[in-house]
Amino acid sequence: MDINLMIDITPLLVKAAWVTIDISARALFFGFFIASALVAMRTSRIPPVRWLARAYISVVRGTPYFVQLLLVFYGGPAIGLRLDPFTCGVVVGAFNIGAYMSEAIRGAIESVDSGQHEASRSLGFGRFATLQHIVLPQAAGLMIRSIGVLAIILVKNSSLVSIISVVELTYQAQRLIGSTYKPLEVFSVSALMYIVIIYAVMGIVEFLYRRATRYTYL
Amino acid sequence: MTQATDTSMVELQGVKKRFGDLEVLKGIDLRVDRGKIISIIGPSGSGKSTLLRSINNLEAIDDGRILLDGVQVNRPDLKGLAFERHINHIRQNMGMVFQHFNLFPHLSTLENVTLAPRKLKGMDAKSARELGMELLERVGLADKAAVYPSSLSGGQKQRVAIARALAMRPKVMLFDEATSALDPELVEEVNQVMKSLAEEHMTMLIVTHEMAFARDVSDWAMFMDGGVVVEENTPDDLFTQPDQERTRNFLRKHLASQA
Repeated sequence: MDINLMIDITPLLVKAAWVTIDISARALFFGFFIASALVAMRTSRIPPVRWLARAYISVVRGTPYFVQLLLVFYGGPAIGLRLDPFTCGVVVGAFNIGAYMSEAIRGAIESVDSGQHEASRSLGFGRFATLQHIVLPQAAGLMIRSIGVLAIILVKNSSLVSIISVVELTYQAQRLIGSTYKPLEVFSVSALMYIVIIYAVMGIVEFLYRRATRYTYL
Repeated sequence: MTQATDTSMVELQGVKKRFGDLEVLKGIDLRVDRGKIISIIGPSGSGKSTLLRSINNLEAIDDGRILLDGVQVNRPDLKGLAFERHINHIRQNMGMVFQHFNLFPHLSTLENVTLAPRKLKGMDAKSARELGMELLERVGLADKAAVYPSSLSGGQKQRVAIARALAMRPKVMLFDEATSALDPELVEEVNQVMKSLAEEHMTMLIVTHEMAFARDVSDWAMFMDGGVVVEENTPDDLFTQPDQERTRNFLRKHLASQA
């Protein structure tokens, strides 16, 4: 193995790793809002609104991320949707992860004991205030780890945006292999970077989880 | 059917409730005067918990009227948000205590008590804290103000739950088998708190399996079975010389199981 080469390419790959982090973080951020909207739609009193959310979730879960990405990037312009590669990666990532995340959020909200709703309602809190003060603070602890798993999937999925030539970690690695003909060294360094990113995500998730569930062991 | 008067605090007129094909309340009439305490006993499935829960609309009734201090609680004429606003307001005047406490686990003991007055009555933090401490003092748990419910015993949890309900200064307190989930040695501390409320003439409806306590504390006792009030009387008479065979059977079985 060419250790010197691995050291030489590291700065370039670190720079590309930031793009991976950037695209994933943005997708996660917007995905959370999409997920929240989907949860609200799924609990709507208007049936067609619920059906729409369910249909959307089914489509996203029933098709590969890779196909979704290609569809939006190459198929989008046909209906006037022209996105630059980076934006396309963020948008498709957000809409994709949002569908999964809505299920995680809904599951967490539904697993808060019904007695909590009753106690809150019996004091005079309305539906929304109950959600805000009682249910969501408890659901937060329950959803953080599942959202963490989704964040990890998001980081790994981001390697697929190399196909629409976003210069992130995997695309940069392929370019370096093109010029060095050393796939073992280059992919080893890039794999290591994915590991570092994902461990960092897991660390953040554990930190947030502990904060959100502090009350259980205080 | 009795008419609401200025002495009546809670009044039920012909209240009916069904779950699917099962009619769990078959036309209940009930009146609790201001400052009075009524105990409701009966076997599981008799409808006594449903009755209590329907008073603050945790169960919506299908027919009849429920009045709190002269104001109608169930309002078939109000829909959606209008009813929501109405019932939220009504519920602020009724304290409810549950079998399984239902304390908010993510809030400290003090915050459990102060949340509703702060958010619903707009009480400032300092006054809410004073009120909360006063109420925790009252249930003997001022030293637990900063801890979270997970570190409290069952009896302590239920006492906090009572303080939480009292924080809204309710006109009536509803107790839904408040001591049924407690270890026997913890029942007394909760009973003591309820007794102290009785001494202050809080209007209370108590659904309970604690016959001795019910007899001791209440002004009126009611035996329910199969969704109807089988018999009601002063506690002394109901517990010692019931008129109805069903009441006698229930009390006999119950005493045997407690012996």
